[in-house]
Amino acid sequence: MKIIILGAGQVGSSVAQNLASEANDITVVDNRPEILRDLQDRIDIRTVTGPASHPEVLTRAGAEDADMILAVTNSDETNMIACQVAYTLFHTPIKVARVRAQEYLAYPKLFTQEALPVDVLISPEQLVTDYIRRLIEQPEALQVLEFAGGRVQLVAVRAVQGGPLVGQELRQLSAHMPGIEARVAAIFRSNSDILPEGDTVIEANDEVFFIAARKNIRAITSELRGLDKPVKRVMIAGGGNIGLRLAESIESRYQVKLIDRNAETARRLSEQLDSAIVLLGDAADEELLLDENIENTDIFCALTNDEEANILSAMLAKRLGARKVMSLINRPSYVDLVQSEAIDIAISPQQATIGSLLTHVRRGDVAAVHSLRRGAAEAIEAVAHGDNKTSKVVGRTVDEIKLPPGTTIGAIVRGEDVIIAHHNTVIESDDHVILFLVDKQHIPAVERLFQVGVTFF
Amino acid sequence: MHFATIQRILGLLLMVASATMLPPLAIALWLNEPSWADFTITLVAVFVAGALFWYPVRRKRQELRVRDGFVVVALFWAVLALVGAIPLVLADQPHMSFTDAMFESTSGLTTTGATVLTGIDHLPRAIQFYRQELQWLGGMGIIVLAVAVLPMLGIGGMQLYRAETPGPMKDNKLTPRITETAKALWYIYLGLTVCCALAYWFAGMDVFDAIAHSFSTVAIGGFSTHDLSIGFYHSAAIESVAVVFMLLAGVNFSLHFVAWNSMNPLTYFRDSEFKAYITLLGLAALITVGYLYLSDTFELGDAMHHGIFQAVSIGTTTGFTTAAYSHWPGFLPVMLLFTSFIGGCAGSTGGGMKVIRFLLLFKQGMREITRLVHPNAQIPVKVGNKLLPERVIEAVWGFFATYIGCFTIMMLVLLATGLDQVTAFSAVAACLNNLGPGLGEVGYTYGDINAIAKWVLCLAMILGRLEIFTLLVLLSPAFWRR
Repeated sequence: MKIIILGAGQVGSSVAQNLASEANDITVVDNRPEILRDLQDRIDIRTVTGPASHPEVLTRAGAEDADMILAVTNSDETNMIACQVAYTLFHTPIKVARVRAQEYLAYPKLFTQEALPVDVLISPEQLVTDYIRRLIEQPEALQVLEFAGGRVQLVAVRAVQGGPLVGQELRQLSAHMPGIEARVAAIFRSNSDILPEGDTVIEANDEVFFIAARKNIRAITSELRGLDKPVKRVMIAGGGNIGLRLAESIESRYQVKLIDRNAETARRLSEQLDSAIVLLGDAADEELLLDENIENTDIFCALTNDEEANILSAMLAKRLGARKVMSLINRPSYVDLVQSEAIDIAISPQQATIGSLLTHVRRGDVAAVHSLRRGAAEAIEAVAHGDNKTSKVVGRTVDEIKLPPGTTIGAIVRGEDVIIAHHNTVIESDDHVILFLVDKQHIPAVERLFQVGVTFF
Repeated sequence: MHFATIQRILGLLLMVASATMLPPLAIALWLNEPSWADFTITLVAVFVAGALFWYPVRRKRQELRVRDGFVVVALFWAVLALVGAIPLVLADQPHMSFTDAMFESTSGLTTTGATVLTGIDHLPRAIQFYRQELQWLGGMGIIVLAVAVLPMLGIGGMQLYRAETPGPMKDNKLTPRITETAKALWYIYLGLTVCCALAYWFAGMDVFDAIAHSFSTVAIGGFSTHDLSIGFYHSAAIESVAVVFMLLAGVNFSLHFVAWNSMNPLTYFRDSEFKAYITLLGLAALITVGYLYLSDTFELGDAMHHGIFQAVSIGTTTGFTTAAYSHWPGFLPVMLLFTSFIGGCAGSTGGGMKVIRFLLLFKQGMREITRLVHPNAQIPVKVGNKLLPERVIEAVWGFFATYIGCFTIMMLVLLATGLDQVTAFSAVAACLNNLGPGLGEVGYTYGDINAIAKWVLCLAMILGRLEIFTLLVLLSPAFWRR
């Protein structure tokens, strides 16, 4: 696929990296030549220097035959105009733009073909906020991803000694929990993956990915690690875009404290929030944290713009007794340093964002994509079309489908129903099939599987 | 430095390189020439050597860093020259010493076209073809070929590509992916070669000669299957074909790519480097023809075709000859030799310092003059209405200084080995610029000069082909410091 990425910032460059490794033709446009040179040294892409929305620059970037344009520069206005230019001059099929300002997003009428022809709007801040919110709702999980409008969830949990299922074979799962269905999609044990079979034994410290209907998730989690006390008190460090959105979305259900060190920002935050308490101060100030009962805090989220400060304040909170700490970290190398030891969960904004972009890059009818384990694995929600003759999946049982190695079908959503896949489940047309790929090398094979033969048309 | 990765890639490249023995081997078997054994031995030996390099480290998958790229490219060219020499040493005919074989193979691969052989017409066909093939592979660069066919080189391919392709600005990829870019370059190269071979054939060469000469024409090499080079044919048609294809091969291949994609020949004339290239060669041809005629060396007709052919052949650094230009009167031989310093365009198969660098040096000089007149003026250096970063201009000056420095040192070494001034000057110029034939003792063949001089000239040819820095960087202590 030929993709033009406008803006080589954090989102732009991480998306470029992710997509370039999959044999896409990527061109990155930015007006800072130094950044582009660095990027080109690291990954196999072409770069064009210039203002991203100018038609001449887009022409040089190959907009004439591009399949997709991804406008993620710092400026909402540049992104929107670039999509307009791509639509009017180059008829680019897919136009994705990042628009951050609520002032624009509040008027969906703006983003129609007649006005600003943006096919997909993405807001990384909103995606990251939702991601953190789900983690707060399910404090035992390392990662919670949603499919089919939230009816199905994919959850990553670290198995703990003492969990009822730990040390047992997987086939015991249904015996343990009659009436509750789930499917283990993959197990990662000290960084290598294990394809789960009926006789696979779960060990302590395994990272288990399982798929289940949303309402059953907690029951299964408890089998793997016992249930933690429900979360009541949440402390957020940093009142930026993400911090504020998160506080707004959870303040009605939890006791929220929000720390910001800028007096002006803190005052504005306190006006916008209803029940959350806004604290003025430094999140790495031990006295402040102790005064605010850090030892009784269930979850501490460090969400400032400064990732080093995030890591340090989260580590401090952990040492002072916070039950669980999360930190926003951009650099992958930092994630490796602190994940699961110093800090419970490292949240990578790129990881949370890339999935929504991959959804549009994947061929075939794909409803959702989530990138996992720093891009190595992937979960896909694909829609099956056609009939027994034209499709390689419809009318076949799960067993009969020729899946590439390391791929499991986790669940099927048929209308409102969630069906956990068994080897004899038959797939029908318009089913949403949720697949888990341990190695994203095999994605083309999965894409081919879900493409409908020509006779369908 | 990732020595394991370097070793792995070197092993892979060697295995790819062993395949280049197949076409001459096929010819030897077809014509039942005894050299088939030599090619078979080389093929097997190189493949096994490559496999031995590769096998122990085949699972090392580290990314190639910038520094590793330089090591791989420099080492590979050295090894390739060595490998290329094996069949020549083994063959009964020509009977060559190791030094001579090394010189011949380096000269072939670097598209220089300087030869130590005489009696080329009587060599076995397989050996004749092999020399031409060496030039063809060296022209676009065998590493660029490897990048095109071995996708597993990945982003490391970019490092290799940059270390091998000529020109001051190497970040402009034709397509987003490096393998696609390398493929595009090779398709253009292959296309030009096929057209050239057909044109030669129509112009009257036999099939073997047409293919053999198309290889060395499009590679801007200069090897021929005849001692008398293109002059052997006494055919105006063949000379015209050669002139056209030498001109085409001296143009930046990205320009060919853009022109082909947009189907618009006017693209060429919008490019400043192309305009400068054509103007310079036109001027050189005009002066040559005029002087030959006015000095009564040739009739007007002969002056025209010898003058134009020789100006283009030497200006593009090909090195084909139709007449003994080294015996031409007055300043002509030296002037032609100087045009070879300018050479072809960046990103072409030509040698020399490249037209774009010369253009930048010229513009810089003009800027200094303007500055004297308007001391407060802001004068940017532009090429084709595009501002060039200071960084590129600095790099061009650095390149120029190093080029002249290398030239001087090597010329002094040659003088020290006992060569006369004209020979030493022209031999280094012809080898460093990847031109080929020189003046004085090396006007026809390099066979008569001493062994030390030959080795120095081998170095000069590789320095010229890899544009000096790729090789010199290996000699700097900072490069090896951890």
